[in-house]
Amino acid sequence: MTEPVDTLTPVLTANWADERSWTLPAYESRGGYDALDRAFAMAPDDVVAMVKDAGLRGRGGAGFPTGMKWSFIPKDNPNPTYLVVNADESEPGTCKDIPLMMASPHTLVEGVIVSSYAIGANRAFIYVRGEVLHVIRRLRAAVREAYAAGHLGQDIHGSGFDLELVVHAGAGAYICGEETALLDSLEGRRGQPRLRPPFPAVAGLYASPTVINNAESIASVPSILNHGAEWFAGMGTEKSNGFGIFSLSGHVVRPGQYEAPLGITLRELLDLAGGIRPGHELKFWTPGGSSTPMFTSEHLDVPLDFEGVAAAGSMLGTRALQIFDDSVCVLRAVLRWTEFYKHESCGKCTPCREGTWWLVQTLTALEKGQGSEADLDLLLDQCDNILGRAFCALGDGATSPITSSIKYFRDEYLAHLIQGGCPFDPAASTVWADSGAASASGVTPAGSVEAGARTEAHR
Amino acid sequence: MALDEDTYAELREIGARYPQARSGLLPMLHLVQSVEGKVTPEGIEACADVLGLSPAEVSGVATFYTMYKRRPVGDYLVGVCTNTLCAVMGGDAVFERLQQHLGVGNDETTEDGRITLEHIECNAACDYAPVMMVNWEFVDEVTPDSAVDLVEDLRQGAERTSTRGARLCTWRQAERVLAGFEDDRVDEGPSAGEASLAGLRLAQEHAWSAPGLQPPGADRAGRAELSGDGQAGSVRERGAEREGTPDDKHRAVREADTHRAESETVQEESDD
Repeated sequence: MTEPVDTLTPVLTANWADERSWTLPAYESRGGYDALDRAFAMAPDDVVAMVKDAGLRGRGGAGFPTGMKWSFIPKDNPNPTYLVVNADESEPGTCKDIPLMMASPHTLVEGVIVSSYAIGANRAFIYVRGEVLHVIRRLRAAVREAYAAGHLGQDIHGSGFDLELVVHAGAGAYICGEETALLDSLEGRRGQPRLRPPFPAVAGLYASPTVINNAESIASVPSILNHGAEWFAGMGTEKSNGFGIFSLSGHVVRPGQYEAPLGITLRELLDLAGGIRPGHELKFWTPGGSSTPMFTSEHLDVPLDFEGVAAAGSMLGTRALQIFDDSVCVLRAVLRWTEFYKHESCGKCTPCREGTWWLVQTLTALEKGQGSEADLDLLLDQCDNILGRAFCALGDGATSPITSSIKYFRDEYLAHLIQGGCPFDPAASTVWADSGAASASGVTPAGSVEAGARTEAHR
Repeated sequence: MALDEDTYAELREIGARYPQARSGLLPMLHLVQSVEGKVTPEGIEACADVLGLSPAEVSGVATFYTMYKRRPVGDYLVGVCTNTLCAVMGGDAVFERLQQHLGVGNDETTEDGRITLEHIECNAACDYAPVMMVNWEFVDEVTPDSAVDLVEDLRQGAERTSTRGARLCTWRQAERVLAGFEDDRVDEGPSAGEASLAGLRLAQEHAWSAPGLQPPGADRAGRAELSGDGQAGSVRERGAEREGTPDDKHRAVREADTHRAESETVQEESDD
């Protein structure tokens, strides 16, 4: 196949500008729910095979092949099988699933029905973070409409397939994006990750076979049914097939959602987004949220697919491209992320619970210009004692911004020590800094006082 | 004061949505907040009663999640995102200004009981930074001045609307929706904000689409002539030789990009 593919490939985002796009009539006017009959005409295993052939890989970060995940569901387990959609979008920088569910909740509902059919689930759940009221309204209404239209419930479209779908609102906990913590939360418990094995495919929700997929992964399934595995695989790169939503935020002229084939570069995306804000240069960016090691302007041409980003020392993650220009203190950014991980650590394992606390202490001192160069080694040692030793990926993720920022910006850490504080003016990084309309609200240097207050105020 | 019978009935109704009633505990606690204005001991006991749990078990869950409040919340819960991206884009300044203006600190309520202020973590709206949430509705691209203006209006009882959502309801009403009881505001607000549409607008402009699909907007624009001009730099050639998609577990594991996923699958394999 040598067909050129367009720079942007709106599929999931294609109907977001439609009039009342969230309603069933608007969705059906574009062929919505057509994928159901296509799926019902196939054996469930053939639907699984189709998604495998398409090469759809998990859009929630790790990139595990979706069809393969489905095929792990045992055929001989006497318990019911469940599908759980992870819509607990909380990774800093990630903002794709929320607008998807706001603008086109039916895309996700249709994906849930097809995917449930494929894996033999008669019960499905969408676990959506609780902090998005209007998105939850739209999802619930979509499910209600789908029931009324016969897309959900008993004997869907006369196929004999039954499906009950519940929209479940979380209650504020980043850790619940971790799939086994999500399951505990969905069972009405504290959201703490589980030891594996057993894996969710064998003993997930209610100790029954369970598939957990990211919302964007499931939302991509109807398009594969409608246009074929080859069509999907015809986009993207060799091992990272298809399209994905790239979320640009921060110091770019037009931040937003850009749906493109996997493998697009930041240079291309910045061109589309109007570039870095005028008068400034790119300093650092995250390819896939704060848990993925940061990149710099050296990495503008890294193909944003699973392999390309990994080869350059980071992870594609959720394609959450947070762009920071030269007005931003990297230490301030990293400290704030680290405070986030400390706040969100569930407390189950010692390396993460205690380690993130110590990371905050060490970074806070450095940010104030206290300590010595040896504290950088201390930080790296602390990271080394968390990475790979924590119960789940939260602890690992907490080390990414620190180790990567020391790798690329060691001198900036040292500058804090030399100057006895932060050399940056935090007012310069604000949206309104260059507009002249700044509201002089006197933020303390680098937010250091506030950072202290945050630490006190939490949990 | 114990919860009334109607609330008990609704708590049971929530539990009945799930194969196992305990799954309803999170929405049940949202309902408790909508009725009580916070998670009260009585609310915890009611959930425990309905689910056959001890109050300690319910309390253990309620204290884990940040959306559950142990102190009374005002009519409007105002959360300013101070995670890194929003913070540097101005969230820190917005939060500081609101603290000064309202005379409250983090997680505190104004004396008139109208506004509870807190700083929040990333709320998945980074392309609209800096972001503020009011009763979990988006207030996008906020400035210190616009934030003050909004909270003042809310204190005066003026109706305000989310920049990407519905008219703002009270916190208790919002908690009821989170518990799974729909209100009538789903059709308010747009499909998406402009940032969400940034890529789609460009695709419309350039008639870009996924292969074989009609370019977005083309149907509505009467399918204008789509000349493939001037976009040579925008297409990428794809290699003729493709290894295709992983077709076995071992290769899939090699190609997954986290060590964790790999080690888990290796473990699973040894489990088989």
